[in-house]
Amino acid sequence: MAQPALTNTGESLPRPEGWQGIAADWSSDQRAFKNVSWGKAMIWIFLVSDTFIFSMFLISYMTVRASTTVPWPDPSEVFALTIWGTKMPLILIAIMTFILISSSGTMAMAVNFGYRRDRVKTAVLMLATAAFGATFVGMQAFEWTKLIMEGVRPWGNPMGAAQFGSSFFMITGFHGLHVSVGVLLLVIIARKVWRGDFDRNRRGFFTSRKGNYEVVEIMGLYWHFVDLVWVFIFALFYLW
Amino acid sequence: MAHEEGQASVKEVTAHQEGQRHPIKIYLVIWGWLFVLSTMSYLVDYFDFEGYLRWFLITLFMLLKAGLIVSVFMHMFWERLALAYAILVPPLLVLVLLGIGALEANYTFLTRVLFFGA
Repeated sequence: MAQPALTNTGESLPRPEGWQGIAADWSSDQRAFKNVSWGKAMIWIFLVSDTFIFSMFLISYMTVRASTTVPWPDPSEVFALTIWGTKMPLILIAIMTFILISSSGTMAMAVNFGYRRDRVKTAVLMLATAAFGATFVGMQAFEWTKLIMEGVRPWGNPMGAAQFGSSFFMITGFHGLHVSVGVLLLVIIARKVWRGDFDRNRRGFFTSRKGNYEVVEIMGLYWHFVDLVWVFIFALFYLW
Repeated sequence: MAHEEGQASVKEVTAHQEGQRHPIKIYLVIWGWLFVLSTMSYLVDYFDFEGYLRWFLITLFMLLKAGLIVSVFMHMFWERLALAYAILVPPLLVLVLLGIGALEANYTFLTRVLFFGA
């Protein structure tokens, strides 16, 4: 009974720089992502697939906007607000952008404090992130309400090309869904951190597995991705 | 306090032991830059730049912001190349779809103008 030789291929091996190093990491009988856990590899793969979904939305938006013969409504006008008597173009969207960026900042720091085992700071920063996210969704609801009252529908609107409504509701709606789900996950994980689940190896209610602080980083990757998508939506839909 | 922690974890930036540990200061600096870049892209609209200048500036600020978020906030800068390339290269294929979409849009526009006389 010969025992097969066990080789640990999951640790960081010394590698040449650049492409040769990548080829070596991806060679046979090895774990391709040496110092990345399955959880992080999986969230990255999920994020790549989500990238393709949002790319599809944005590219179809480009296609319908470029092919319509009816003038496209001017986003600068459509999303303008009158605050204290002055008409500010696109101001609501700008504020939403700053809020989401701030939430990304607090999230990044939460990940950092998580790895420092600072339970309270991590939980508080995650809750702050969730609060920013909820504010963002609230402002989006306000924006949707305003546009719906002005007669914007997925099949037409009084300002111009009908495709404006369908692109708007589809793209911002799907992004808003991502933010909402993120807020829920943030609250759930912040509660676990606060309770000290990852310090006392408490088992999760769903998988019955012990968690660790890496889940905060995984949550962070998702949240930063949501912010990242907004960067593209802001530039391509609202500013273009 | 952040400063002391910064001193302590400088070597961990490269050592990469348990998880991603970097000085808090990095995140604050990037946060600041994201605010600056967002303000600048908002000002593009505020000052009503038009045409290619507008497109260039919007795209530039967009890509800079995306780069900062992915490389620092999402730690891609410190990840092993085998992961970075596996994640960042496939989305580049989206450019092919972008090209097809642009061609198709032009063609549809042309036929609409020709046959519907809009």
